[in-house]
Amino acid sequence: MDFIAILSIFVLACFVGYYVVWQVTPALHTPLMAVTNAISSVIIVGALIATAESSSAIAKYLGLAGIVLASVNIFGGFAVTERMLAMYKKKDRN
Amino acid sequence: MHEVAGLPWGVSLAYLVSGVLFILALRGLSSPVSSRAGNRYGMAGMALAIATTLVTHNAASLPEIGVAILIGGIVGFVIARRIAMTAMPQLVAAFHSLVGLAAVVVGVAAYLNPGAFGILDAGSNEILTHSRIELGLGVAIGAITFSGSVIAFLKLNGSMSGKPILLPARHMINLGTLAAILGLIAWFFVLPAPSAVPWLFWTMLGLSFAIGFLLIIPIGGADMPVVVSMLNSYSGWAAAAMGFTLQNTAMVITGALVGSSGAILSYIMCKAMNRSFLSVIAGGFGAEASSGGGEQIDRAYKRGSAEDAAFLMKQADSIIVVPGYGMAVSQAQHALREMTDLLKQEGVTVKFAIHPVAGRMPGHMNVLLAEAAVPYDDVFELEDINSEFAQTDVAFVIGANDVTNPAAKTDKASPIYGMPILEVYNAKTVLFVKRSMGGAGYAGVDNEVFYMDNTMMLLADAKKIVEDIVKALGH
Repeated sequence: MDFIAILSIFVLACFVGYYVVWQVTPALHTPLMAVTNAISSVIIVGALIATAESSSAIAKYLGLAGIVLASVNIFGGFAVTERMLAMYKKKDRN
Repeated sequence: MHEVAGLPWGVSLAYLVSGVLFILALRGLSSPVSSRAGNRYGMAGMALAIATTLVTHNAASLPEIGVAILIGGIVGFVIARRIAMTAMPQLVAAFHSLVGLAAVVVGVAAYLNPGAFGILDAGSNEILTHSRIELGLGVAIGAITFSGSVIAFLKLNGSMSGKPILLPARHMINLGTLAAILGLIAWFFVLPAPSAVPWLFWTMLGLSFAIGFLLIIPIGGADMPVVVSMLNSYSGWAAAAMGFTLQNTAMVITGALVGSSGAILSYIMCKAMNRSFLSVIAGGFGAEASSGGGEQIDRAYKRGSAEDAAFLMKQADSIIVVPGYGMAVSQAQHALREMTDLLKQEGVTVKFAIHPVAGRMPGHMNVLLAEAAVPYDDVFELEDINSEFAQTDVAFVIGANDVTNPAAKTDKASPIYGMPILEVYNAKTVLFVKRSMGGAGYAGVDNEVFYMDNTMMLLADAKKIVEDIVKALGH
């Protein structure tokens, strides 16, 4: 993929993000931060590549360290978001 | 193939789908009803991205990868289950630091082993020039996110004073460091053979860690909602920059989403304080001692007991509760819910009013109230409820000071002038829960509401006094 193609995706995704995030109800801003935290750990993809394709031991350990860090975030982020969202209840269901 | 990374179309498509799933995850948060489905989309997107990467790369190190994911996963899961809801701001800051560090780690791995990431120029055996910019920016933003979030975590966790720490000539130091980082990245970009000058990359990385630290230490506790949002945004931009390096659409889309999300939250927070983003970043807010605080010390105010408060509220038709950081500090949300339940049984209408910057992160109060099982349709945002105070019998302010301070409207000299406030003083009676008369809020500004004829001060720990009110209501 050439640079302009990926830049186009990036710019359009910024606009999508802009409109989607303004729709988020303020009551859910904390879960929003937690879930964005979890999804930004998609950086784990880079760490996986570093580990899988490593030619040197140091690159491999760096990759593995990255995987551990990102996994804490992925599992922690989604789990804590789930926990928070489960607490939001409507009046009648109490 | 002429592509650098040369991903097969199926793989690119899978990453695209996972990017779309992440968009749906955020879309779900537009309402509490759809939010949990949204979170599932997010998980599915992540699982797809990870699976796609594993399937398309060398499987030899799969066991080690599995162990690494398991270790991280267990740690993350246990933390997420155990963390107290009041500690959510620090947790989010800690998680941001991990994203930042992960970005740095990936960037360094790519720098050391560019061939594995498909960013090696076959002719010169150097990293592709455009990849150098992406890599440099990704690593720098990741490092800033990391060290900045560590400081934010320490401040929010109380391991470090929330007071701004002001270095002499800090603006010069910060701007100089920032310029040096950008200069080094530019040099990294134009050099014909950057591998011959390894110190360049490492110095740039070191300076980026330093600037993250320097940027956050002068920012005080009450500005943390902006800082946390800003670091949220940075973690996204770091992921996006790494996505450019790896030509990975899932990373680029996610980075753009998270980056804009954090930026919007920062904007909302700044607007709710009527401060410019730059003035928050410059730091130092709340460092100056309150000006002219001397003459207010002896002013008369009415002090009430829990019994008085219980009596007043029992007689009321409508009550609006205004929670603030003080409620979070004393963990009063559960007692507060008990109190409002008893009042509802008495036939009193109870609503909650939340200021956007109440607490230490966006939405902090909403989560605490949700934790205490306050139904979310009883909780209102500032602009939706502000006009109702005038028709309300009792405004029950608990641990919120600056967000109710009329000085924001009337006193041009006040540091909080122009900030939108909850107009609690319009209510027939204001019950103001506050630890003591000293220490007037974070901004160090005295609050006229304390001294009004229709205000009764309840000076005690928030949780203690609410529990006493609950007891009094029981009789």
